[in-house]
Amino acid sequence: MDYATLLQVLDSTVRLATPLLLACLAGLFSERAGIFDIGLEGKMLMAAMLSAAVAYVSGSVWLGLLAGVGASMLLAALHGLASITFRGNQLISGVAINFLAAGLSVLIAQDWFSQGGRTPSLMAGARFEPITLPFADAMAGVPVIGPVYQQLISGHTLPVYLAFLCVPLTWWVLYRTRFGLRLRAVGENPAAVDTAGISVVGLRYAAVMICGLLCGIAGAYLATALQAGFIKDMTAGRGYIALAALIFAKWRPWYALGACLLFGFLQAIALRFQSIDLGGITIPVQVMDALPYILTVVILAGFVGRAIPPRAGGEPYVKER
Amino acid sequence: MGKMPNWADAVLVPIISLLLAALLSALVILAIGEDPLAALQLMVKGALGSSYGWGYTLYYTTNFIFTGLAVAVAFHARLFNIGGEGQAMLGGLGVALACLYIPWPHWALALLGATATAAVLGALWALLPAYLQARRGSHIVITTIMFNFIASALLNYLLVNVMRPKGSMDPATAKFPEPTHLPTLHDMLAPLGIAFSKSAPANISLVIAVLACAAVWVLIWRTRLGYEIRAFGHSEPAAHYAGINATRITVITMLISGGLAGMMAINTTMGEAERLVLNSVEGAGFIGIAVALMGRSHPAGVLLAALLFGFLYQGGAELALWTNIPRELIVVIQALVILFTGALDNMVRMPLERLFTPRKPGIKKG
Repeated sequence: MDYATLLQVLDSTVRLATPLLLACLAGLFSERAGIFDIGLEGKMLMAAMLSAAVAYVSGSVWLGLLAGVGASMLLAALHGLASITFRGNQLISGVAINFLAAGLSVLIAQDWFSQGGRTPSLMAGARFEPITLPFADAMAGVPVIGPVYQQLISGHTLPVYLAFLCVPLTWWVLYRTRFGLRLRAVGENPAAVDTAGISVVGLRYAAVMICGLLCGIAGAYLATALQAGFIKDMTAGRGYIALAALIFAKWRPWYALGACLLFGFLQAIALRFQSIDLGGITIPVQVMDALPYILTVVILAGFVGRAIPPRAGGEPYVKER
Repeated sequence: MGKMPNWADAVLVPIISLLLAALLSALVILAIGEDPLAALQLMVKGALGSSYGWGYTLYYTTNFIFTGLAVAVAFHARLFNIGGEGQAMLGGLGVALACLYIPWPHWALALLGATATAAVLGALWALLPAYLQARRGSHIVITTIMFNFIASALLNYLLVNVMRPKGSMDPATAKFPEPTHLPTLHDMLAPLGIAFSKSAPANISLVIAVLACAAVWVLIWRTRLGYEIRAFGHSEPAAHYAGINATRITVITMLISGGLAGMMAINTTMGEAERLVLNSVEGAGFIGIAVALMGRSHPAGVLLAALLFGFLYQGGAELALWTNIPRELIVVIQALVILFTGALDNMVRMPLERLFTPRKPGIKKG
């Protein structure tokens, strides 16, 4: 692989890692507060559909983003209602939300546009445009570093930069603010938080809604930046890969960045090469597809350091047992 | 909070949940601009109005019985097997291997053999998640989800690169040989003088599915193993105290669950397609979750819920054919059923419990 090809693969890694990263951080907020969320996929899908639909009708990508985030937060609120207020099974609620989104997104798109469950292609203005960073073209001539700056760092859409900014932001919120301390505490020992006079329900709803917000941006990115419009099942398991990345990162923001870049890289490789030759041994493309999941199982098996989820994860909190 | 009578728990709660799901689905149909009552009539006519419709309804029902039982058995041990999809894919592989590479003299023997290989491969696909849950504490929901994706990549590889006949563009195996073709309901009912549609795919697997229901009932409520599974599900520490081995129960329960999911393939792969195609499961593994929740994890309930979903599936296909309502409506209904019978169970249950609690004057509510 020569230098130019490598840069292209890395460039596509960044673009493919972005939705994973946003969804992964979304899951991080929710699960750190003790609410398991396997509905990341559904929230992204719903956001993708509605953002593309609204962006197409209004011609404004910002209104699209707003609609997508709204749809995702609505589903997040439903998840909160089921798993916090009614103390239902969080996993089952997540499964239900995934199916709800898979069905409703096609149903609505078909009803509005009658194009076989997809939205019409988005024109300029209804999509996020690439942003050229200052001096990008001037730097292009500089050997080695120039192309890296021009192709890899510059020229991405706004949500990409936003996603990468979210990593330090998430770290700061979780580890340097009072809200973050309480959020982590409510995922480990909600009874202690309750005893301190802080609302467990309020904190968990806040976490679930942040999760909805980030999933909404991820979904809108898929439909209005990575691609130009919504197609059926366009998330294609990204919500689950994000979940895998979250476990891989052991519920920590900086590691989440690493895990998402790794999984994004695997996707970029699988997209570019049909099969990879490694000195006589051919690796079929399906291995690349399955690798994130296999790696996660290996991590879960505890062979590469143990992944221990937040202690109160998945359990509804009952005041005064 | 008072206890409800058993009949209310077993019948009233699922029915109210179902009504809520139906009501919301009707609103969705209204929002599309179609008439919900006309849609229901069309569904009933399409799914139950002819032996052709029944043939498809029962074909789908067969799938959902297997996957519903798979989820239900795991629920009894408080394990959430979300990997029915992957286990059924591997079951399909088992059926294909048995049918393609063993020269069966008669379909009955082929059916027995293929059922066994399907169950074994499905069970094996559940083995590793079960072991990891029992010994390494990794959550079975996550591992079974991951195994679904791994199964789909594996099948994709095998069908595209290994099992595809030379010269074929289709990612599928060769057609199974004649002696492995299963009798359909048409063939089975003809000697009894009952005319049944020739083109509907329902086949003898339905009988096996119903037998599996009975077998699961015996297993769960009439055997020592079933007792251990239920005890483990009710309280792990209590089961441990009673000398029940947690690892053993987790692994055995998941093997049974995976085996049941895998057996679904005899219906789709051996009974209908007569070759292994990509995506032969078509989400039936996930519908098993809705079926098990709806059927309260009881084989009789699973049977009824599977019939309901079989009806919804076939009726939904008819709707997509004749109206502007896409097939995805069924996915929405399925989601609503899972939501109300599973996640929002307490929302239905709490007011009902209050209703059934006798009011005792003078005693404050606790």
